[in-house]
Amino acid sequence: MAQVDIDYLKRAKKRRDYSGGAISIILGLFGIFSLWPLLYMFMTAFKPLEELMLYPPKFFVMNPTLKNFQDMVTVTANTTVPFTRYLFNTVLITVVYLFVMILVATMACYPLSKHNFPGRNFLFSTITIAMMFVTAATSVPSYLIINGLGLPNTYFAYIIPGLANTTGVFLLKQFLDGVPNEIFEAGKIDGASEWQLYTKIAIPLLKNAQATIIILSFGGIWGESGVAGSYIYDEQLRTLGWFMGTIGGGLARTGATTAAGLIMSLPTIIMFVVQQTKVMDTMAHSGIK
Amino acid sequence: MSNEKSLKTKNTPTAPKKRFFNVEKRFGYTMHEIWRNKMSYALVAPFFIAFIIFQVIPLVVSTVLSLFYYNILEDPTWVGLDNFVYLFVDDTLFLKAFSNTMYYAVITGPTSYLMQYFFAWFINQTPKKLKPFYVFAFYTPAMTGGIVSTVVWGIMFASDSQGYLNAILLNMGLISEPVQWLITPSYIMPITIFVTLWSSLGTGFLSFVAGFAGVNRELYDAAEVDGVTSRFQKLIYVDIPQTMPQMLFAAILQITGAFSVGATMGGHPSPEDAGLTIMLHLGDYSGTRFEVGYASAIAVVLTIIIQGCGRLAFKAFGSKE
Repeated sequence: MAQVDIDYLKRAKKRRDYSGGAISIILGLFGIFSLWPLLYMFMTAFKPLEELMLYPPKFFVMNPTLKNFQDMVTVTANTTVPFTRYLFNTVLITVVYLFVMILVATMACYPLSKHNFPGRNFLFSTITIAMMFVTAATSVPSYLIINGLGLPNTYFAYIIPGLANTTGVFLLKQFLDGVPNEIFEAGKIDGASEWQLYTKIAIPLLKNAQATIIILSFGGIWGESGVAGSYIYDEQLRTLGWFMGTIGGGLARTGATTAAGLIMSLPTIIMFVVQQTKVMDTMAHSGIK
Repeated sequence: MSNEKSLKTKNTPTAPKKRFFNVEKRFGYTMHEIWRNKMSYALVAPFFIAFIIFQVIPLVVSTVLSLFYYNILEDPTWVGLDNFVYLFVDDTLFLKAFSNTMYYAVITGPTSYLMQYFFAWFINQTPKKLKPFYVFAFYTPAMTGGIVSTVVWGIMFASDSQGYLNAILLNMGLISEPVQWLITPSYIMPITIFVTLWSSLGTGFLSFVAGFAGVNRELYDAAEVDGVTSRFQKLIYVDIPQTMPQMLFAAILQITGAFSVGATMGGHPSPEDAGLTIMLHLGDYSGTRFEVGYASAIAVVLTIIIQGCGRLAFKAFGSKE
């Protein structure tokens, strides 16, 4: 009997190894397909003009140069706003927006998960429904509201309208749901006030989840160009993403455009690589039960 | 709360008087509860104030405006359902945008959803050390999608012989002259769909990867005892039931993303409107023509489509209680 069982297990193991190999091959091929446009952009950004014009086009760069990056910066030479100003605006907006958005979302997720106040379920189901809102579709009423609040042509126009991050609150709340209530009960017994339970227990536990929301929102705010185009009239207050969009197409600009593309996408990628384990830890709680 | 109430009325024969009394008491109790939980309300307030101002009010205003003719300059005039009638009966461009969006959503929605699920599942079958590399490789396009697709895919599908795809096909002798990929109407939507699929392993995909990683190992052992041997059977009997919550989360993101597609690879305006979508059509009316009432009607239709599909997703994947 024992003999049969071992044979059976061996066979099962062997079969698993075959399919494992097939899976690795599939993943490898699709992984390369998935990554190559980014690699291509990386290569192209360092190509000198002769190589950009090469026929037929080549994937690898032969004589890497930084000229495309210089071109990208010097496009601004004949405008009044220097490249560094756009960069400063984007960094400032990204940092302030992410900080305030995370603060607001963290505040909201704690009572939604751990307090039993009247209206809680209603508020949370509203958030779930609102994850399916298309804010771009209601842009005219939003425009009137943002104008009415006097936000246009200020940094606030970038920050305030996007503060209600429904997916962010949703993820934080689901993550906190996974933390046993006993921890908070124990805190209460030890005489902690509600405020202490929130700042001393909940916030430290939410660090990973907060990092995840930052990663998921980073690309959007770092590449911001829509608000800069429609609400900001002062060139000085516009963003890097908006400026990159003005470099324009055409073969002569291919180098500068790809260099700009690389600058815009690299920070997002680096953020993800550094924080990947935190992201996966949080996403394990993303389900809607 | 309602349960308690019905219980009380059942148990007391002299219902009318007592119920009235109870309601009053209940109101006082609720007020007391609200006051007792003032900190909870204070904490959720900033979020919900921003949420109401920038998401709920615009949606409500749009819904109201969809029944008016409104061009921002003049006061709105009531037109009832005329906007919706015009939308579906006379606006041939909307019907074009609608069918393009449906074509896009029906193909990319399910395909991308299955891709997210199965790539995440495949990744879960690989050794732990390799997982982060695969996740990175598949998730990167979603992070950089917008930027890379305009830069790289633009060069790839460029219409002259300099375009990558044209150069390859010319070299192989499959075509004799460059194909005008992005200005030929019949190619615009397929190319857009292709690029979307390439960059579609996003938040939902991460949710799946994490969901699979979180499945209790003991369940697999239990399944093996019950005679489940292959990976595929484990997928059916363990992984799918265990990842239902993630399936719902990803479905909601997928549905919203698929129907709210904006710009396509054909640019805007595109030849023969082959790349016109509902969102682009809406943008034309709200941003260019300032026919806000009509644009709002389009927004209402889009919202109804998405919420309707969302309901179906909740029915399919939501918990059954």
